[in-house]
Amino acid sequence: MATLQLNNITKRFGDTSVLKGIDLDVNDQEFVVFVGPSGCGKSTLMRIIAGLESATDGDIVIDGQRMNEVGPADRGLAMVFQSYALYPHMTVEGNMGFSMRLAGVPKEERRAKVLEAAKVLQLEPLLDRKPKALSGGQRQRVAIGRAIVRNPSIFLFDEPLSNLDAALRVQMRIELARLHDKLNATMIYVTHDQIEAMTMADKIVVLHDGVVEQVGSPMALYHHPANRFVAGFIGSPKMNFFNVDLLSVSPEGVHVRLPGGGECTVPADGQTLEQHATLELGVRPEHLVLDEAGALSGQIEVLERLGGQTSLYVRMGELLVTLMADGDVGYRAHETVRFSFAPERAHLFDSDGRALTSLTQHPLAGLTRQDNRTPGAAEAPV
Amino acid sequence: MTKTRASGRTVGGLRTLSLQAPAVTLLLLWMIIPLGMTIWFSFQYYNLLMPGMSGFAGVENYEYLLTDPALWKAMGNTLLLVGWVLAITVVGGTLLAVLFQQDFAGRGIARVLAISPFFVMPTVSALVWKNMMMHPSNGVLAWLANSLGLPAVDWFSALPLTSIAIIVAWQWLPFALLILLTAMQSLDEDQVEAARMDGAGPIAIFFFITLPHLKRAISVVIMIEMIFLLTIFAEIFVTTSGGPGLATTNLAYLIYMRALLDFDVGVASAGGVIAIILANIVAIFLVRMVAKNLED
Amino acid sequence: MTLLRSNTPAQAISSTSASAGRGSAGMKTLLITVLGWTVALVIFFPILWMVLTGFKTEAAAIADPSFIFSPTLESYEAVQARSGYARFALNSVAVAFGSTFLALLIAIPSAYSMAFLPTRRTKGTLLWMLSTKMLPPVGVLVPIYLIFRDVGLLDTRTGLIIIYTLMNLPIVVWMLYTFFKDMPKDILEAGRMDGASTLQEVFFLLLPLTLPGIASTGLLSVILSWNEAFWSLNLTSSKAAPLTAYIASFSSPEGLFWAKLSAASTMAIAPILILGWMTQKQMVRGLTFGAVK
Repeated sequence: MATLQLNNITKRFGDTSVLKGIDLDVNDQEFVVFVGPSGCGKSTLMRIIAGLESATDGDIVIDGQRMNEVGPADRGLAMVFQSYALYPHMTVEGNMGFSMRLAGVPKEERRAKVLEAAKVLQLEPLLDRKPKALSGGQRQRVAIGRAIVRNPSIFLFDEPLSNLDAALRVQMRIELARLHDKLNATMIYVTHDQIEAMTMADKIVVLHDGVVEQVGSPMALYHHPANRFVAGFIGSPKMNFFNVDLLSVSPEGVHVRLPGGGECTVPADGQTLEQHATLELGVRPEHLVLDEAGALSGQIEVLERLGGQTSLYVRMGELLVTLMADGDVGYRAHETVRFSFAPERAHLFDSDGRALTSLTQHPLAGLTRQDNRTPGAAEAPV
Repeated sequence: MTKTRASGRTVGGLRTLSLQAPAVTLLLLWMIIPLGMTIWFSFQYYNLLMPGMSGFAGVENYEYLLTDPALWKAMGNTLLLVGWVLAITVVGGTLLAVLFQQDFAGRGIARVLAISPFFVMPTVSALVWKNMMMHPSNGVLAWLANSLGLPAVDWFSALPLTSIAIIVAWQWLPFALLILLTAMQSLDEDQVEAARMDGAGPIAIFFFITLPHLKRAISVVIMIEMIFLLTIFAEIFVTTSGGPGLATTNLAYLIYMRALLDFDVGVASAGGVIAIILANIVAIFLVRMVAKNLED
Repeated sequence: MTLLRSNTPAQAISSTSASAGRGSAGMKTLLITVLGWTVALVIFFPILWMVLTGFKTEAAAIADPSFIFSPTLESYEAVQARSGYARFALNSVAVAFGSTFLALLIAIPSAYSMAFLPTRRTKGTLLWMLSTKMLPPVGVLVPIYLIFRDVGLLDTRTGLIIIYTLMNLPIVVWMLYTFFKDMPKDILEAGRMDGASTLQEVFFLLLPLTLPGIASTGLLSVILSWNEAFWSLNLTSSKAAPLTAYIASFSSPEGLFWAKLSAASTMAIAPILILGWMTQKQMVRGLTFGAVK
């Protein structure tokens, strides 16, 4: 049982402000992922939660108790480091049992607990090895084991998969998700990889320049990004952005002129817009469809055929638009294509980069990872 | 205990201070007290043989020293010694580093043998060279010369400063080799191979790739050697005692003579101040360079 | 032979050119091997010669150079019997290890705080420490000599230990600092997450993990103290004289016994030579203040 509240956390190193007032609630047993580009402050935020770094201002509250002055070992947390930070001179068993050794736990009890954790992670045959004799994936598991042994209320993961190769990363992702189910613990996970965030999180916290850009479920962030930054950061390949002219605002939505002269009405709330405001329209590559009668057109510059899918990079003046199409499309490079999109798939951003509120709610936007496992949850209205 | 640890970074200043205090205090005392005394003495009449004479001397000690031809001779010898040894060790060390970077049978052992003289205490190397190597009748060099039908050289009478320079260079060549060899190992092999693809021969690679790569290490070698070579003492003490005449008296040896042979504390201290100033001119450059290095 | 004659000219040419290529590469390796070994042996020769001379009789030592002689230990025995070599060796050991122990004791906390609790002043402190090393010993010979005379430290091991500790302290701090810096910070933080106090951090994690670095730092300090000759010649005369000063006593003209000089020298440098060989790689760091790694 553990909840975490962050109230107005700020962190300054000298004159540079790394975190500019972070507020966040983490619920019990939630899997929360901090994601953002490097330098956004996500690791610093995690280190402040861990107690390895002190906040310049603000409160860290765990289970209703203010923890700012409590040492890292006494916050009931365990952390898995990016480099694993295994003690190279100790065996796997020594590594996993070190915290208990420091706490003066008797040897027998220590061994029992280590064995228990080792069983969960299939580390039993490796207990007498030193970290040097382990593979990357095994080291990763030992680092997780060291955390499990402490029976923490909150697990902290600092980019734990970034040192693994691609195949192992996918495997560990699944293993971590499974571990979360099994341990029913609260987990906080830092990554720069939005795929990890999308696949594992109940709740994603998008950080940028020391500010929380958006908090929400993966599907909410994908379908209803709060601003241009989140829209561009979540989803791969990146969302395409077009400059559009505002024509009119109606209860049905916002009527805009697309590059190339076409027009469309995006179902978004434009009440607050001024006349002739400059807007940006964003559409994800997977939502652009090849369409003989489409309003948009351009020349294919590069074609990447992946078999099942084809990525088209289409030149539209200054813009290079990415378009995901079926694997069987017959186009070639330098051909001109026309394409379009469903208006409800489009996102509008004002000149400050804020998204206009969508008038339609995507049916999956309220879905969390938990719901993927609970039958019927998807139908539940949010 | 655990409570304060969370804020370790904020009280870190205090903790840092207490952990560093012993080292900093001792070094501070070690630097300030003798330095202060040297400067103080250099302005005093102070001769251990003439207890009656004392008091403020103004710049008289410096005047005496600076008008003493022995000082200029000693300065000249100091510079000659430093210059020659530097030239030999840096050029030789670079070439040897290139040689020992090549792969050949028993390279490891050969390297170790070549580096060895650096670990020999200065009194031993000076005496071994003076007697067994350079002795005019029984030394190995004399025997070699005789075997080739050449006249034997009486090293310490005919070429006293050169002889000292040879001994000191023998000790410091391995130092240059050791440092440059280490620096050489960090040279990116890909860079060499790229140069070879571009048509560079071994000599071009040496001048355009290896030497630029070694530039920093070479300057470090030069500066560190300079600081040690400016005050060469033991090698002179056990071989020539500064002679014949003043032929091998360097600044360090001159100060030693004034202080512990003539017991003229004032003049010796003035000499000390001059030595410190000389060393500091070099030191400033070295410290700057290390500081730059600390940043990356 | 018939096979050879049946070769087409083209084949013959290609096979000879290939073998010629191999031959020139082989020549180059041979040349480098010969050159490398010649240079190494020439540089090492004085040491080799000294070791050999130590096993000669005094008569053989000053005779025409020769590698062939019947080895004898008489010089080694004479060195101990007549001048009490062991006493000087003991002084060297006490002074070198005593000063190293002290320097490590003082330097470890300092280097720890510089590496793991850096403040804005850390860099400046490090550079300042380095700069104390630049002070030429002759510059401070006079006051040190007078202070030592007045407090009775002249010709004592304690006096030398103090001097050598201070002399090596900047290098020891620097070297330890670079080794500590190389240790991943994550591991210490993991220890803190696991509940280690600062002292536990140091004893369970830092010291075991940096032991090789600390050892080579200590060895460098031992080597530098062992070979130091300026202070030992000026501050000791007989009682506390270490080997550097003892060997210097062979410089007097009447003391010119080459075999005995060689025997004593061989004993004096052998341990340090071996330590030096062992630590040459890590020493570069200390000798260049981390500027060359």
